[in-house]
Amino acid sequence: MWENIKNSVIEIGEIARFFIRFFREFFRKGYEFREMLRQCFFLGYKSLGLVAITGFIIGLVITIQSRPTLIKFGAEAWLPGMISVSLVREIVPVITALICAGKIGSGIGAELGSMKVTEQIDAMEVSGTNPFKYLVVTRVTAVTLMVPLLVVFADAISLYGGYLGVNLRGAISWDLYWTQVMESLSFGDIIPSISKTFFFGFAIGIISCYKGYTTQHGTEGVGRSANAAVVVSSLMVFVLDLVAVQITDLLQLI
Amino acid sequence: MSLKTGYGTETETSGTVIYLENLCKSFGENKVLRNFNLRLNKGENIVILGRSGSGKSVLIKCIIGLIKPDSGIIRVLEQDMSGIGLRELDQIRSRVGFLFQSNALYDSMTVRENLEFPLRRHRREMSEEEVARLVEEALTNVGLPHTINMMPSELSGGMRKRIALARTLILKPEIILYDEPTTGLDPITAGEISDLMIELGKKYHTSSIIISHDMHCVKKVAEKIVMLIDGKCYQEGTYEQLRASENEAVKKFFES
Repeated sequence: MWENIKNSVIEIGEIARFFIRFFREFFRKGYEFREMLRQCFFLGYKSLGLVAITGFIIGLVITIQSRPTLIKFGAEAWLPGMISVSLVREIVPVITALICAGKIGSGIGAELGSMKVTEQIDAMEVSGTNPFKYLVVTRVTAVTLMVPLLVVFADAISLYGGYLGVNLRGAISWDLYWTQVMESLSFGDIIPSISKTFFFGFAIGIISCYKGYTTQHGTEGVGRSANAAVVVSSLMVFVLDLVAVQITDLLQLI
Repeated sequence: MSLKTGYGTETETSGTVIYLENLCKSFGENKVLRNFNLRLNKGENIVILGRSGSGKSVLIKCIIGLIKPDSGIIRVLEQDMSGIGLRELDQIRSRVGFLFQSNALYDSMTVRENLEFPLRRHRREMSEEEVARLVEEALTNVGLPHTINMMPSELSGGMRKRIALARTLILKPEIILYDEPTTGLDPITAGEISDLMIELGKKYHTSSIIISHDMHCVKKVAEKIVMLIDGKCYQEGTYEQLRASENEAVKKFFES
């Protein structure tokens, strides 16, 4: 028990040091811009399909599930407005971030972990490259930029899923649906929900890189790092979401 | 040439490319290196022999600056490695090749990109044509020009080792540090790698420190053997001298 607490405190300290090192290296001269763009392609573009499918299904399912409740209150006409607020404000950012934590987080954790145990990181260092800047700074920056873009994309797809959901049992024209969606959404819904996804992306990137970069105990450690990257970054998404909601509430944007 | 060291004045010949004095390194309670001394002269091939976990890999990682020693002097190509700046360290690393035990080929890159990587980092001013020519030359040297567009995962163990050797040699280093170059290879491939090390060493006039347990490789490549036992330079000599040694700890290596 005491040992576990001690190890947790040590790990928090190590993450804090990693976090500080990230910002130090980020502002140091010589940015690996090409590698960062390559990572944006791999981490962002390659996740589009998965994010699109989940966004579409979420939009469709939420609409189908919400309809009976609204019918009970005779408020079926509010369906587009209600689902758009739920999707854009909360469901799509969190679900997309969790999908990214699973796909991107495990990928980074396993990739950096295997590079660590097979001495590829050392090889990079002796090749005149700062491995932290080349591997960590580029990946964290790429994830921080890509998660918000993926969320915006998933928002659009999920609202399209919502349109189909409304039309499964009812009938609403394309124009009317989008008019109702746009009327219900305000900047107070969109800006906080997009802003928090930068933090989701940063948390996924930094935690996954930390877990991968500090892998120990050979190939067994690689599996552990990939797993821990997903678990811890998913948990962090929820914690950050809670904090974001509190801040939004304090600023009276809800 | 006489150089002032932290331990008094030491005589260091102008032909010395690596000089270690009283090198110490511990991991917690485990003292891996205890006042280890070594001198590698230009054109010389030294083999470090010792049991697994005796600190051989730690020793060469200290030389290249991947691990910081607790105390002692490391001088590589007349550059003191203690307190060395990043730029100077990179310059030294461009003149010292390191062949990793696990080859350390970048899995996400093709063979061509693996070989281009150190060139693009250390020789930023080099033209595309020159980079392509050097990659081709390095692959021809190791007899694998046809693998240029292959991924490391498509190569056999021996081929991976040859590509790693080609990557190490592409910058034409003056010194090469080999970390168990024949481990995990069958005897025939291990013999080929040993021959290749000798051949390329002669071609590029390199000096080398080789860590190995493979006595066939040791016999072939070693001009001098240093026994690393209990973190110290326990005994040194040629292969024949050490094989004839009456010391029990030394004899065990040559009996097996």
